[in-house]
Amino acid sequence: MKYQLEISNITKSYGDLKANDDVSLSIKGSSIHALLGENGAGKSTLVKIIYGSLMPDGGLMKWAGEKYSPKSPFEARENGIAMVFQHFSLFESLTVEENIILGLNGVGLNENFTEEILKYSKQYGLDVNPQQVVGDLSVGERQRVEIIRCLIQNPKLLIMDEPTSVLTPQEVSDLFVTLKKLADDGCAILYISHKLEEVREICSEATILRGGKLVQSCIPQEHSQKELAEMMIGKKLTELARSNISVGSDIFSIKNLSRKSDDMYGVHLHDISLTMRKGSIVGIAGVAGNGQDELMELLIGEKSSSSGVLNFNGKDIGSMNSHERRQLSMFFVPEERLGHGAVPDMTLDENMLLSRPDSDGMTSNGVIDWKTVTSFSEQVISDFDVQTPSSRMLAKSLSGGNLQKFMVGRELIRKPELIIVAQPTWGVDAGSANNIHQSLISLADQGSAVLIISQDLDEILSLCEQIHVLSEGRLSDAVDMNKDGLEKISQLMVGGQKS
Amino acid sequence: MIENLLIEIFIGITIASAPLIFAAIGELLVERSGVLNLGVEGMMIVGALLGFVVISHTGNPYLAVLAALVAGMMIASIFAFLTQFLLTNQVATGLALTLFGLGFAAFAGRDYTEVTIDLIGPIHIPILSEIPYIGPSLFSLNPLIYLAFFMVYLVWWFLFKTKQGLILRAIGDNHDAAHAIGHNVVLYRFMAILFGGAMAGLGGAFLSLVQVPIWGEGMTAGRGWIALGLVVFASWQPFRIILGAVIFGGITVLQLHAQGFDIRISAQYLSMLPYLATIVILVSLRMRLKNKTNRTVPNCLGRIFHSTT
Repeated sequence: MKYQLEISNITKSYGDLKANDDVSLSIKGSSIHALLGENGAGKSTLVKIIYGSLMPDGGLMKWAGEKYSPKSPFEARENGIAMVFQHFSLFESLTVEENIILGLNGVGLNENFTEEILKYSKQYGLDVNPQQVVGDLSVGERQRVEIIRCLIQNPKLLIMDEPTSVLTPQEVSDLFVTLKKLADDGCAILYISHKLEEVREICSEATILRGGKLVQSCIPQEHSQKELAEMMIGKKLTELARSNISVGSDIFSIKNLSRKSDDMYGVHLHDISLTMRKGSIVGIAGVAGNGQDELMELLIGEKSSSSGVLNFNGKDIGSMNSHERRQLSMFFVPEERLGHGAVPDMTLDENMLLSRPDSDGMTSNGVIDWKTVTSFSEQVISDFDVQTPSSRMLAKSLSGGNLQKFMVGRELIRKPELIIVAQPTWGVDAGSANNIHQSLISLADQGSAVLIISQDLDEILSLCEQIHVLSEGRLSDAVDMNKDGLEKISQLMVGGQKS
Repeated sequence: MIENLLIEIFIGITIASAPLIFAAIGELLVERSGVLNLGVEGMMIVGALLGFVVISHTGNPYLAVLAALVAGMMIASIFAFLTQFLLTNQVATGLALTLFGLGFAAFAGRDYTEVTIDLIGPIHIPILSEIPYIGPSLFSLNPLIYLAFFMVYLVWWFLFKTKQGLILRAIGDNHDAAHAIGHNVVLYRFMAILFGGAMAGLGGAFLSLVQVPIWGEGMTAGRGWIALGLVVFASWQPFRIILGAVIFGGITVLQLHAQGFDIRISAQYLSMLPYLATIVILVSLRMRLKNKTNRTVPNCLGRIFHSTT
């Protein structure tokens, strides 16, 4: 079969940095081709070149055998290339239909598009309401809008830039059904991801990039996840293992916590109880949107809770704000990195200082000692392998995975007695995830308590000794892994507490 | 007798509100594209001056209106260049534009303070203007007033009925996404700013060519700022501009007539009313939108767009 898209020897530099260095790859029609690599390996640059939003410095592209050099996304779309962006390119204040029209060449407003949208929506099982305002939609629904916007152009190549990083497992499996159907209909798909298990499930070929260079092209099913990860990072992964499990006295407890959510789409929390001991790693598994955000707000101290509910080291902390809680050595990494965990328009140094209890030597009499602040940031940058030119970069200029490493590191170097982390490796590549996991483990080895809230079940299973499941706002008792194991967890995750 | 007074008040209100409508509808389009131009007052006064200068030399009202329009665009193009290409802060640049416009007009217009001109008069539409009451109040108005109302319709039609209008709104909502799918953010914003300038220029010309036959330093007297307030009052919906302008304009007119009838309300209280109304509307708007996606304020308003690719 002949290739739909052939790329040979593409090069692209930004100053001294070679984002793409002599990269070649070929994609057949009807195939799902994975593009793998760590954060900053040059995946996004390569697809932007294919989609016409970047010009390569050198190299050649062929589209269905013809020379192809798009000068704008319009030209790429004319040729039948469509793209779903990592950070959705949707307009929140506009309706679904208006959003779809905006991404199409040569479609005016007069044509009645609603039926066309519904036709595709039905054909590929992508449920959307064309007249709804995008701002009111969930993340999964937004992605469906993006995909329909692509499908309506009848693309011959669909590029998907990390499409699953924000989806729930159910949404992911729905997406895969759609993608397989598309490939069967003859569309080639270029699938960018660092979730290796997904790649092994749906991709028939894989191209691996590292540091802008092509490492290898292979068939993902012929390699284990670990082998693929090692090809991506270019070194061996550390085996996760606890060197010292010595569980001590109780350090943190939640007693009968209930909360009515004030958000119209929120989840009410019902009677949640949990006890954690020093040196233990406790995991709360569960599909996102089952009360994780609401619980996290209470744990961080963004919302206060009534007395007698939250207890840390014998103190009632229910009414303390997060700053006061940090002063007691209770630290947090919230899920939303920009705007919640970090101030996007401030530097890493400033973000380092902002999350600190004031007793840290970074200020004296209220005056900031920038040298000390910078030395802390630099320590985090080197310990956690954060890819950034300096600690004076704005938080928003870092890639998601890099910022996550910085934020986890920022909390961990304080050696907290208790750390609460939501989605610790969300959007982080395999090598860095391994690194973050290792640091959480060694923190626990030193006697601190670690609470992990994650929807990545593998992560919970590989790290935690005590596992609970949060479902529809209720927290299960600890699952006995020796007796019930995985089956029980899955059951709790989908079926709630009733089963 | 009372009928004549009502007609007089009605016409007075249209004359008082037309310059506000021009300036505000232009700014509305600019803000819909995500740009905040605080230079409306400056663009208005330069338009007022240029219109006045041209009519005093040529006596041609068409040329005068055209000159005002072009003058507004020229001033706006300074703002457009600075904010769109040199990425300057929009608030500071807009304020500078207002101060520059006021100073420039005062300086360039110093030889015209003694000059008087013939005002552009109303037109009488045949037959229709003969209808009692309705004729004189609706069909014998100044042509520029009809133009003002038509511009409101035109902007509404552009924003909500054309693809370009949709793209402009999309750019105001999320310029990064618009850029990613291949729309030219800077070009759209540049054109919108020029349109805003042209409209502000027209609004200024209305003051010096229709309202009063003389040129005076600072004759816009804060109307540019009122126009900016009107855009918010209208919650970025074109037709609400008319409502707002009529309230603002109407209060000015009623103030005069209230004094005539010996109604003792301090002028200061009356002048306060439009602003109080704006605050009430803003609060009620927010209450109504609680927990809903904001569809009124353009999300990118005042934010600098810098493409990295």
